[in-house]
Amino acid sequence: MARKVTSRHVVVSTAAAWLFGFLIFLPILWMVLTSFKTELDAFAMPPKFLLFHWTMENYATVQSRSDYLHHALNSIMIAGGSTLIAMLIAVPAAWSMAFAPTKRTKDVLLWMLSTKMMPPVGVLVPIYLIYRDFGLLDTRAGLILILCLGNLPIVIWMLFTYFKEIPKDILEAARMDGATIGRELVYVLTPMAVPGLASTLLLNFILAWNEAFWTLNLSTLDAAPLTVFIASYSSPEGLFWAKLSAASTLAIAPIVILGWFTQRQLVRGLTFGAVK
Amino acid sequence: MGQITLQGVRKSFGPVNIIKDANLDIADGAFVVFVGPSGCGKTTLLRLIAGLEDVTGGQILIDGRNVVDVPPAKRGLSMVFQSYALYPHMSVRGNIAFGLKMAGLPRAEIDRKVEAAAATLNLTPYLERKPRDLSGGQRQRVAIGRAIVREPKAFLFDEPLSNLDAALRVQMRLEVTKLQKQLGTTAIYVTHDQVEAMTMADKIVVLNAGDVEQYGSPLELYERPVNLFVAGFIGSPKMNFVSGEATGRNDAATLGIRPEHLRVGQEGEGWPGTVSVAEHLGSDTFLYVDAGKLGTLTVRYVGELNLKAGDPVWLSPDPARLHRFDKEGLAIRT
Repeated sequence: MARKVTSRHVVVSTAAAWLFGFLIFLPILWMVLTSFKTELDAFAMPPKFLLFHWTMENYATVQSRSDYLHHALNSIMIAGGSTLIAMLIAVPAAWSMAFAPTKRTKDVLLWMLSTKMMPPVGVLVPIYLIYRDFGLLDTRAGLILILCLGNLPIVIWMLFTYFKEIPKDILEAARMDGATIGRELVYVLTPMAVPGLASTLLLNFILAWNEAFWTLNLSTLDAAPLTVFIASYSSPEGLFWAKLSAASTLAIAPIVILGWFTQRQLVRGLTFGAVK
Repeated sequence: MGQITLQGVRKSFGPVNIIKDANLDIADGAFVVFVGPSGCGKTTLLRLIAGLEDVTGGQILIDGRNVVDVPPAKRGLSMVFQSYALYPHMSVRGNIAFGLKMAGLPRAEIDRKVEAAAATLNLTPYLERKPRDLSGGQRQRVAIGRAIVREPKAFLFDEPLSNLDAALRVQMRLEVTKLQKQLGTTAIYVTHDQVEAMTMADKIVVLNAGDVEQYGSPLELYERPVNLFVAGFIGSPKMNFVSGEATGRNDAATLGIRPEHLRVGQEGEGWPGTVSVAEHLGSDTFLYVDAGKLGTLTVRYVGELNLKAGDPVWLSPDPARLHRFDKEGLAIRT
């Protein structure tokens, strides 16, 4: 039944939407503001919102104390590497499950998903020991491997649902038009799947970037990504809020910018399968 | 050039027999329509000819060559799908050119053929648009353009007009018929709409639950249906069926008379009844008559008949147009 929408409704609901948006964004906003405060102001009670002495000293300290660029590069390589390798494995897997399913396909998919349901800490010790014995500790390759394996179920699931959405009769039309299976893949299937591939790539890059369990436990310095960089600021000496904020802002900046420009694809990726 | 023969074609999905035993001879250049109720197997039969499904038994000959083991890409046929199945990421030009590109034709020739097909179908202004920017009718024409540009041995149409609105459907029906006559290519057309079948076909194949009930020209099916099913399926409104016994005849188990062949007569002449509903269209009058033990009879009168619900009528069938069926439902012909 249609409800009457008055301009008062619009004003109230817009204001409410902005309020909720602001509340959700508030922690991040607070963190960015804190990064420009002195350590003293960061602790101030009552908390100072905008009226404080703005300073860049935290950023300077953070950069001089530890190498932001080194960690950022590691993050890019680890997130990028693990996502790409996962995609290379997942595309053929999802293709075969979507277009040539067997009786066991559903079971395999559910089993893969089940591996994500276990808390990683449950296998921390065995993985650590294996990594130590194989010399994979604190290596980028080691981190790429674990993140790739960890995200693989999600990548396969997402690609599977995207492939399933492709109408079967468009592929049949390609066959009637004289395309062999290889050309069907190249000229019809892949171009149609590109938005889905892009969403999956993006979402998994972000998940890998933010992964803070394995990266913290399996790396120290050489291969340490930005997650370790942030964690290093919560030290036994106490919490250096301002510097921590500066480090965190630096750490999340690249991914927030990436996310901003790819919003549409991300929303698509996160709501996959929701309307079917 | 486009002669298609089906010999003993069978198709089962597991224990279910979709097509029981199809034998058909389709002449080159003919427009043949597969018609029947939902689930009768007409689309399956089309897909078997296309090669999108494999036969369980029998042979399919295209110009004398058995193509049962030949993949769809190599059979030389074109298909127009009910959902159009256009490539969404390609422009109209790209969609039409795709088949030619797969065939490896040189670029200049592809462009020439695509432009010719687009001109025939009035698509020239839309060549650079994507399918999502086209209306239903335009998309349909792109699907047809994609089919004709490859100059196939035969066109296969799978209910291509069912997604269009009524007015557009009538217009496209004429366009498709004209195009086929112009090109002279064999066409196999699947529809559940018997009006489309009657108006477009050179010959009609009536299918029912996997069996070919009758294969003949539209008028043959109308004037000489071989059984109760075909008699009831072809013709709108549906043929009236009355039991032979109820009319006092012993030469047939069932009698059939089409609504247009029932005369409204003078008092006392023929079968008595009462009008339950009268529909006045101006050009025609439809009467739904309660005729007692004969059941409900439908009458179609050309012109305006001043009768209303509750009026008594006397109906007499035109004896030359009376159909007789035996107890197995088969037509009795003298």
